Amino acid sequence: MPKVIENVGCPYCGCSCDDVRITVSDDGKDILEVENVCAIGTEIFKHGCSKDRIRLPRMRQPDGSMKDISYEEAIDWTARHLLKAKKPLMYGFGSTNCEGQAAAARVMEIAGGMLDNCATICHGPSFLAIFDNGYPSCTLGEVKNRADVIVYWGSNPAHAHPRHMSRYSIFPRGFFTGKGQKKRTVIVIDPRFTDTANVADYHLQVKQGHDYELFNAFRMVIHGHGKDLPDEVAGIKKETILEVAEIMKNARFGTTFFGMGLTHTDGRNHNIDIAISLTRDLNKISKWTIMAMRGHYNIAGPGVVWSWTFGFPYCLDLTKQNHAHMNPGETSSVDMAMRDEVDMFINIGTDAAAHFPIPAVKQLKKHPWVTIDPSINMASEISDLHIPVCICGVDVGGIVYRMDNVPIQFRKVIEPPEGVMDDETLLNKIADRMEELKAKGEA
Amino acid sequence: METITMTLVQEPELFLECYSVTPDLFAGKSLAEIADLPAHEGKIQWKLGDFFKFEGKAGETAADTKIVVNGNVRRMKRFGQQMTAGEIIINSDADMYIGGWMKGGKITVKGNADSFLGIAMEGGEILIEGDAQNHVGSAYRGDWRGMSGGLIRVKGKAGNDIGTAMTGGTIIIEGDAFIHVLTHAEGGTVIIKGDVEGRVGGQMVKGDAYILGNLLYPLPGFKKVATVEKEVDGVTYTFDQFIGDLGERKEKKKGEIIYGNIFLKK
Amino acid sequence: MSELLIKNGYIFDPISGIKGDKADIAIKDGKIVDKVSSKAQVIDASGKTVMSGGVDIHTHVSGPKVNTGRMMRPEDKFFRGSYRGGIIKQGKRMEMGFSIPSTYKTGYAYARMGYTFTNEAAMPPLLAPHVHEEFRDTPILDQAAMPVFGNNWFCFEYIKNKELENNAAYVAWLLNATKGIGIKVVNPGGTEAWAWGENCTTINDPVPYFDITPAEIVKGLIETNEYLGLPHSVHIHGNNLGNPGNYKDTLDTLRLAESYKAKNKFGREQVLHNTHIQFHSYKGTSWADFESGAKEIMDYVNANKNITCDIGQVTLDETTTMTADGPFEYHLNQLNHIKWANVDVELETGSGVVPYIYDKNIKVCGIQWAIGLELALYAKDLMRVHITTDHPNAGPFTRYPCVIKWLMSEKARKETLDTMKWKDKVIAASNIASMDRELGLYEIAMMTRAGPAKALGLAAIYGSLVKGADGNVAIYNLDANDLPSDPELIEAAFQNTAYTIKEGVVVVKDGEIIAEPHKYTLWTKVNMPENAQVMHDIKEKFTKNYTVNLENYAVFDEHVHNPRAIELDVA
Repeated sequence: MPKVIENVGCPYCGCSCDDVRITVSDDGKDILEVENVCAIGTEIFKHGCSKDRIRLPRMRQPDGSMKDISYEEAIDWTARHLLKAKKPLMYGFGSTNCEGQAAAARVMEIAGGMLDNCATICHGPSFLAIFDNGYPSCTLGEVKNRADVIVYWGSNPAHAHPRHMSRYSIFPRGFFTGKGQKKRTVIVIDPRFTDTANVADYHLQVKQGHDYELFNAFRMVIHGHGKDLPDEVAGIKKETILEVAEIMKNARFGTTFFGMGLTHTDGRNHNIDIAISLTRDLNKISKWTIMAMRGHYNIAGPGVVWSWTFGFPYCLDLTKQNHAHMNPGETSSVDMAMRDEVDMFINIGTDAAAHFPIPAVKQLKKHPWVTIDPSINMASEISDLHIPVCICGVDVGGIVYRMDNVPIQFRKVIEPPEGVMDDETLLNKIADRMEELKAKGEA
Repeated sequence: METITMTLVQEPELFLECYSVTPDLFAGKSLAEIADLPAHEGKIQWKLGDFFKFEGKAGETAADTKIVVNGNVRRMKRFGQQMTAGEIIINSDADMYIGGWMKGGKITVKGNADSFLGIAMEGGEILIEGDAQNHVGSAYRGDWRGMSGGLIRVKGKAGNDIGTAMTGGTIIIEGDAFIHVLTHAEGGTVIIKGDVEGRVGGQMVKGDAYILGNLLYPLPGFKKVATVEKEVDGVTYTFDQFIGDLGERKEKKKGEIIYGNIFLKK
Repeated sequence: MSELLIKNGYIFDPISGIKGDKADIAIKDGKIVDKVSSKAQVIDASGKTVMSGGVDIHTHVSGPKVNTGRMMRPEDKFFRGSYRGGIIKQGKRMEMGFSIPSTYKTGYAYARMGYTFTNEAAMPPLLAPHVHEEFRDTPILDQAAMPVFGNNWFCFEYIKNKELENNAAYVAWLLNATKGIGIKVVNPGGTEAWAWGENCTTINDPVPYFDITPAEIVKGLIETNEYLGLPHSVHIHGNNLGNPGNYKDTLDTLRLAESYKAKNKFGREQVLHNTHIQFHSYKGTSWADFESGAKEIMDYVNANKNITCDIGQVTLDETTTMTADGPFEYHLNQLNHIKWANVDVELETGSGVVPYIYDKNIKVCGIQWAIGLELALYAKDLMRVHITTDHPNAGPFTRYPCVIKWLMSEKARKETLDTMKWKDKVIAASNIASMDRELGLYEIAMMTRAGPAKALGLAAIYGSLVKGADGNVAIYNLDANDLPSDPELIEAAFQNTAYTIKEGVVVVKDGEIIAEPHKYTLWTKVNMPENAQVMHDIKEKFTKNYTVNLENYAVFDEHVHNPRAIELDVA
């Protein structure tokens, strides 16, 4: 009899939907049906039961081919290389549960290396802004139950977070928002006319790279200097700015969701920084919150876990034994790779080979490269060692943090391929092996 | 003043952290003791003597000690970090954090400097003959107390985030600068003799920016109030004076509202 | 079977009434026993002070807002080019942070001060798995957490409709779901109002849209607490925290408890614990004429045995404020303009985080410092008045030894007062300069272990050296018969124990971590029949209003670290 598993978490985007229904075959190995998921989420579940899953670690041979080896050998090789390297870097964690991220922290503390996550090429600038200016935010349920004005700034949930608008922001009917979309004003600020802009009441087509000026203009209106505005700011007419500012001021509860459009254009962190300042200003006269559209289902996780472990969310320098250091720009993965600052690279739960600039990948490739990932990807194909692991949310459960930092407990829906370890087990075995080698004086 | 010369004899494989190279730590020590001071290459703790040959003599106090660094130290960080007195001359490019958290004394770099130059500096003087990268005289991440005193002069150009969260002191960039000058500042002066792309004075409460070249994209939050004559770095020019950031909170002093200023050369 | 014998120490154990007598303490298999065999490991405590492991009744050490504080403050770790706080690695993991230490530093630093139990002061129920993840990564310390109820929509509705039994069933269900220990109330109604940018600053301000007042919420929750007979009482942070003149609102809140008596099997006598009462004892009408209301507040507490409190002592440090009192944090940010974080949590609560510098050269900070000490020195029954700093709000918990020094030494208080720029104004606005009371070790034991343990209803396990209690012992380098005349030596002795023993295992020796045995998560398990109406209401709210499915809301068993349930039955 096929079995239906309900309340399953989806391991795709930062929405971390937890209402998925999965029908599993009698033997618990196959996924027969996936419900309540967007198209992308469906594919991840289907991949989980693919017959082509890698089951054993693969080591690069002198002739360039890959050869299956045991987990024990892979663990030993990784542990020895971590101990030998002067400045190893472990990067990734877009698709890892928090238990795995905590184990990774242990590994890199013992190894004395660098530890970073995908925020470094994504919402890292948002962290910098939070360091400088705080983070007046809320959980997504507050938006659902209260918000009457929604701003999407430099983000396009219609494509990147497919269920965001229906579950949390524009369409749901909540406790104080019984009329749903009808009583919500939606403002999209984006240089492109996106599919999200298509459902908005206002689309402000800001001049690319000049968001900071537009935020500055809104803040001028809030501070009573609307009359001093130039006729046009960042391609937006003064009248439009005044009209939209009035909507913001009169909101009962407003939320700004921002994305890569702000974090990856000139000024980066300061675009978020001034957005936070605007949110603070608006709280004098109304109620406003702001939230980063985090990309992966648990990319908020490493920031949370490593903050309680070391006090910093990303770009960690653990080389000094007694204390951790962080300074993005210096200790960030891409900067270190470009400057050739590290001498070993572990790519885990992501694909640095696909995402990093080519010169950065070339520098990293000069040194030992390990990929820990369930799938074959560009990183695994240029690695010296590829270690397969379980897929979080499919064949291993665990805690993940949604984009609003709400912990969601994910469930295991099928059995992993026989013998395949989860991230936490694998990483703890690497840590144990390093401790063993250190104790024996082999390091 | 006594002079001690350190010459690079062994290139490190990765970047080397030269946090021990300050007049404060060299003062009163013999050459052998100085060569024993620590330096980090990743997780490996070396001695300075593993990379440098030392000659000359350190003074009894920091103020009495001058350090001359020879050889290509492009891949070495943290020269003069937290120094309080004395002098360092680097005859090369050098990497990040030159004069970081510096309280006094003088650093001269004959080549280029990388990012975080004079970060959160409190006093003293830094002279860069070449270019600097980003975050000149900026605050450390998250701190609202940036550069509070001293002088940084960069003869070439600089990148973004100049004087972020600055509260005092002076930064002079003789070439061009990119974006974000005096962002979040609550004091201090930045002089840019070349052109600036934009975002000067955003979220600024107090402070003065002088721009002798072009400001390509001025922020809307600044409003022209006067035309004034001002002496900048020894020369007098006529400037249009703008006040702002009108979108930021204001402080009052004796009943008067305080603004940040941008002086744009006419 | 492990056995330990602590010989010849001066014992201070208020639960059994031992006041510094020289005696031996025996521990077998992790519990205090009458005697052990000759094979027992022996610790010579002669010339030293022996107390049970310390108990912190109110500290923000684990969970989402604490972690937001860690995340948003890199400069709390690295300041002016130097690393702050203890940076020498002693335990298995590194220790980071000053005002908001990492979980590892939290565990190690408490253990070094002789503490073995902490009560996390505010757990947002929706975010409970986060709190439990941090518990897993906090070594040595046994921990519990109080879910917040003072702005919970279910409680609003049940209390408004006078459905006491339903409210009790809901509270019991939520304690089970979140693995919480008791009822925390923060700015009742005010945090819900903050979701609209408003506040409730008196106990009679109506909560927007909910037709209920803070006074009704507090009374309803006290009734619920005593109906269930929970180990701890309602634990309250009242309305109008931190504002001049708020002592009147505090007295109003305390009076709400007047008609109630404690009903429980745990030896608890109070029905209301007013936390960080220093922040609630302010007179004056503005910061200009700000002054101490400590006398008025403590006169009331002294006269009413059904009240306990902790002081929330200001330590004059740069620290990080964090509370579920969302409107207060916004207000504070408007005063100091440093960064501000806020997290409103759907249907349940909110919170804010703002860095704050208690500068001894600012008059108000000096007066705040005086008020906390005055409260403790005016207290008649120190079993009911506990030492806290509302960590990290008034200062980091690592300053407890300094607070103890101020309470034990008039000289130390005077020395601190002398460094203040506005010393005369601080003296004029408080009575601190005229107070010559100096507390002794027995009173300190009351305020730091026996009293908090009793108020929490946990005195059979913690805060005591009576037979059957957990073998948690702190041995301090203090000769009780010959206390040092230099108050700094008192502080040093409380900062680093000679030994800290956790369940019979020596975890700290000479101020250094030497072992990291298992630790427990304490929670209250209420056994009562399922309430169909409440289960229906819960299902409905999850379907309509929450963004997390009900089945994923309760903390899964595998995410609760080493649970230890305090059980009670309700018919």
